[in-house]
Amino acid sequence: MASYSTNEFKSGLKVMLEGDPCTILENEFVKPGKGQAFNRVKLRNLKTNRVWEKTFKSGDTLDAADVIDRELQYLYSDGEFFHFMEPENFEQYQASSATVGDAALWLKEQAVCTVTLYNGAPLAVSPPNFVELEIVDTEPGIRGDTATGGTKPARLSTGAVVKVPLFVNQGEMVKCDTRSGEYVSRVKA
Amino acid sequence: MPKIDWRPSAPLAHLRRRARIVAEIRAYFAEHDVLEVETPQLCPRTVTDPHLQSIRVPGYGYLQTSPEYAMKRLLASGSGSIYQIARVFRADEVGRLHNPEFTMLEWYRVGFTPDRLIDEVAAIARIALGEIGIVCRSYRDLFRTHFGLDPLSCSLDSLRSAARQQLDLAFDDADRDTWLELLMSQVIEPRLGIGELCFVLDYPPSQAALARLHADADGQAVASRFELYYRGVELANGYHELLDADEQGARFAADLRERELLGLPAVLPDERLHAALAHGLPDCSGVALGLDRLIMLAVGADSLREVMAFPVSHL
Repeated sequence: MASYSTNEFKSGLKVMLEGDPCTILENEFVKPGKGQAFNRVKLRNLKTNRVWEKTFKSGDTLDAADVIDRELQYLYSDGEFFHFMEPENFEQYQASSATVGDAALWLKEQAVCTVTLYNGAPLAVSPPNFVELEIVDTEPGIRGDTATGGTKPARLSTGAVVKVPLFVNQGEMVKCDTRSGEYVSRVKA
Repeated sequence: MPKIDWRPSAPLAHLRRRARIVAEIRAYFAEHDVLEVETPQLCPRTVTDPHLQSIRVPGYGYLQTSPEYAMKRLLASGSGSIYQIARVFRADEVGRLHNPEFTMLEWYRVGFTPDRLIDEVAAIARIALGEIGIVCRSYRDLFRTHFGLDPLSCSLDSLRSAARQQLDLAFDDADRDTWLELLMSQVIEPRLGIGELCFVLDYPPSQAALARLHADADGQAVASRFELYYRGVELANGYHELLDADEQGARFAADLRERELLGLPAVLPDERLHAALAHGLPDCSGVALGLDRLIMLAVGADSLREVMAFPVSHL
């Protein structure tokens, strides 16, 4: 397995720390003019999502983590596992509900998601930044009311609940930003 | 075609300010009869310091990490007080406050004690920073205040546990100075010189480098070395220069042993420097000041990129 020295640390690099795969967020070099140099490194533990701020002696090394991001198509959920497919070679991967987490609220079949693989198995799933989903439940719309700026909750076909303008109706398709969980616009049929 | 970022990283206004500060520093030294000198940046020999990595130039030697050795040969030859605004090079040093190539203002004052040199360092800093007060703290006093520890006598374990209380560490180490340098650079330094220039005096003898030793108020042997901090940034490092060639030779030999332990490339000691010290260096104090950092603080920037035209990220 490859390893990286502190002077190769940069944002986005995937390394192993205390047995867990991590991604480096920031690396600050701190050195007295005369004396030992140190690196203050912010890392996100990809298993727990916790952020660490660790101090290293410059020149120390960490093993590379076998972590890659892949664009995979979401196929279906069997209730226990979510199934994804590599569109190029049809290779399939299954991710547990715990791994998928809140991303499940936005997963529509056929959507292409970023799946982080660790030692070849899904570690995390990010839905597309924008998704178009059908509203399955909301209060009836108030026709013509586009000015008051009020909102109401709407349940989407995947289970997410977003705040939508009052004029939007059940059965309509809406575009949402999955990072903020916010409604963006109506989608014309 | 991708857009190529060819412009300088520093605003031109900062570069103009930089030029004015450098001109005023030269004027100060001219007025005080300190001779400007130039010494080679590329030499067959380099420093032995285990914490400074020189950039090798095959067939020629090394880009110099500081002009110190060459300037000491001038001092030994009778130059009197001298200064240099030198480009210096240090491998692997890249960050907000580090660039592998940077500008060092280094000067030596024949007959000056460190106290007198500290006053002059403050005068130079004020050229860039304006009127500002100074405070002096001893290294021991800082460790007593921050950790309740005497850095000269406390146990390695007490340093280690003080560090672990403050920082989440990814290493352990058996070297006392590693812990002292960690606590100094990570915990104490960021709090130094917030409203005034802060001079730290009397370093542990193990961090003497090229400074002579003297007894502090408690009769403890300490290095006659000082550092200047402003707004948490290390700006300058000065010594009451070691004159004893044999002692210097012994320190070089100790450096080389440590380099070997750390698995660092061996370097040969500079025998011309040794010969100059054997001939005799006049009693003097010397200091090296990071000019880029001083200018950075003068313009209120927080990264060297804002005062260097083309830092390593823009090459």
